[in-house]
Amino acid sequence: MERILFGDNQFFGVNHMSEEKARAQSVRFKDTQAIMEVLDIAYEEGIKVFMCTTHERIAEVCDHVRANPEKYADFQFYPCMPYAHKYANAVTEYGMIEALKRFLPEQGKLGAMLKGGMSLAKKDVEGLAQLLIDAEMKMFHGLRTPVIFLQNVVTDLLLGLGFDDAFKYFADYVKEKYDAEPGFITMNLPRLLDVLDKAGVDNPIVCSNINKIAFRMCGGKELYEKTIATRRFRPIAMSVLASGAISPREALEYVCGQKQIESIVFGASSRGNIRQTAQLIRDLDRIS
Amino acid sequence: MTESRTTARVRLAMVGLGKMGLSHLAMFRPHPDVELVAVCDTVGYVLDTLEKYTGVKPYTDYNKLLEQEQLDAVVIATPSKTHGAMVRAALDRNQHVFCEKPFSLDPAEGLELAELAERKGLVTQVGYHYRFVGAFEEVKRLVDANAIGKLHHARIEAYGPVVLRPKPATWRTSKSEGGGCLYDYACHGLDLLNHLVGPPSNVRGAVLNKIFSSDVEDEVYASMYYGNGMSAQLAANWSDESYRKMSTKVTLWGTEGRIYADRQEVQVFLRGDAKPELGLVEGWNARYTTELTDEVWFYLRGEEYSAQVDHFVKHVQLRDPNTRCSFRDAVQADVVVGMTLRDAQRADASDDGAPARAAQPAAEGGSWWKRVRGS
Repeated sequence: MERILFGDNQFFGVNHMSEEKARAQSVRFKDTQAIMEVLDIAYEEGIKVFMCTTHERIAEVCDHVRANPEKYADFQFYPCMPYAHKYANAVTEYGMIEALKRFLPEQGKLGAMLKGGMSLAKKDVEGLAQLLIDAEMKMFHGLRTPVIFLQNVVTDLLLGLGFDDAFKYFADYVKEKYDAEPGFITMNLPRLLDVLDKAGVDNPIVCSNINKIAFRMCGGKELYEKTIATRRFRPIAMSVLASGAISPREALEYVCGQKQIESIVFGASSRGNIRQTAQLIRDLDRIS
Repeated sequence: MTESRTTARVRLAMVGLGKMGLSHLAMFRPHPDVELVAVCDTVGYVLDTLEKYTGVKPYTDYNKLLEQEQLDAVVIATPSKTHGAMVRAALDRNQHVFCEKPFSLDPAEGLELAELAERKGLVTQVGYHYRFVGAFEEVKRLVDANAIGKLHHARIEAYGPVVLRPKPATWRTSKSEGGGCLYDYACHGLDLLNHLVGPPSNVRGAVLNKIFSSDVEDEVYASMYYGNGMSAQLAANWSDESYRKMSTKVTLWGTEGRIYADRQEVQVFLRGDAKPELGLVEGWNARYTTELTDEVWFYLRGEEYSAQVDHFVKHVQLRDPNTRCSFRDAVQADVVVGMTLRDAQRADASDDGAPARAAQPAAEGGSWWKRVRGS
């Protein structure tokens, strides 16, 4: 995995500190061109991975990268699926089955599953999950996606409900079909690792909030630090700046000081911030 | 967080496995002080899937569930019109109840249930999760401490993308089943207002307007009067996709300043001197969710959802009926919803487009309010 990953929250109006700021960002990035400009800056600064939600607008980013293979020779995507609001809103709007139908490219398949006595619950959840993964991955066709993540809303929903085997299904399918490493995003790192161990997902890539103020680190800072230091998994730190609640140097010193953390994902919109953050990480890595 | 494990785990069943039900299930189940006994729903495929993959015990018949299992509490997340009978059945068996909002489509029935639970000393809670949002809790703290002096106006707004085009019917789009923006977005806003400034004595100028739905309103506007120079306005629109998800914000004006808050931040403008005891300087103050939010034991979709679950579990363990959002609190929201509905109907009945009522709102049912407030 690359050490520095570029995130996408800033492009889609996600900001944990301010709705106003989030909206201003939505306006700024309404054209995919504006997103590409920032991605280009990050790429120029040596950040080769774009860790992104399978938001429908990412499809346009994919098109652009596909159309310019030379320019983006080293560019990689780490897709994070699904873009959950799309599903949540659809479930509210259409009900569960109808919503599923809408997201599946091969309606026939689901129809057959539902009809032929092989009801949803017969419950071929594994088969259904595969259809949904394929639907989400469609936009990345022909692009490099060496790591594919399950978004935290889904990871943590499955974790909460106790669908422990689902993690193994996801991991196996992503490896087999996309030749990619499975990754899991969670807000409940220690608990998820317990379940992944039990489910037989070995040495998993897990991305979670890791920041000095313990923002959204369920189980607490101490347990996180101990977990990172002692357990067998490949940690990625996100929300390291806690949406700006911590100064960049202090924030990155905390993360870079934990040697087991393999990668750091961050989002930024200006060349100055991108360069500063990437430089800080590289400097801190050199020192220690 | 649960500091004491000396109390027995709460034996609990989850009823209704729609979107909210699954979300609650995913938070109650991993709670260290909860023993999830069973789940109940009429939809077979959700039940079957859960049973097959998570091993939970399924019921399709709510009464059978109550008969066959020894429960301390039930969590009800079924369509609103079914709440009344289900809640009563649980209370009759002396079980504590967490119920999704809106609590009851019939405030009189809701009040009866609240009173029944109170007589029995049972713990009740309704899922108005905004009461557990750190930023809004901070507003409550500031309001209770008179941070901006005497309040004279409040504005509550809720926008988001639920109904964005004409669409097939579900219970959420059926008026008689408690669908519509009023029972969904608006009633969150009304409850939050009740929580912050108390319930109004009048609702006027209510607008319930359809944008895309055929049976229910997609936007709600209303003015609330409190009888002491204080007023409030509500605006709710669930057909606004310029918001990524439901977004609720509140603004309060007082003689000594203004407070604005949404899920992410609280901004206070203080007109007079600093109030160091409240951590406020003169002029602008800002506090953010990162500092206002307490850690939760399990995170799914916002700390407030986890916090309300933990709050209920703790109160059940302690047999403490004073939850932050009891049935009685929720009935107060239902009553304001009813007032809004009646006012909108009055306006509808007038065919010249002007509201058929006196310019000055008259006081509405004083003794009824006394009973609802429990005073």
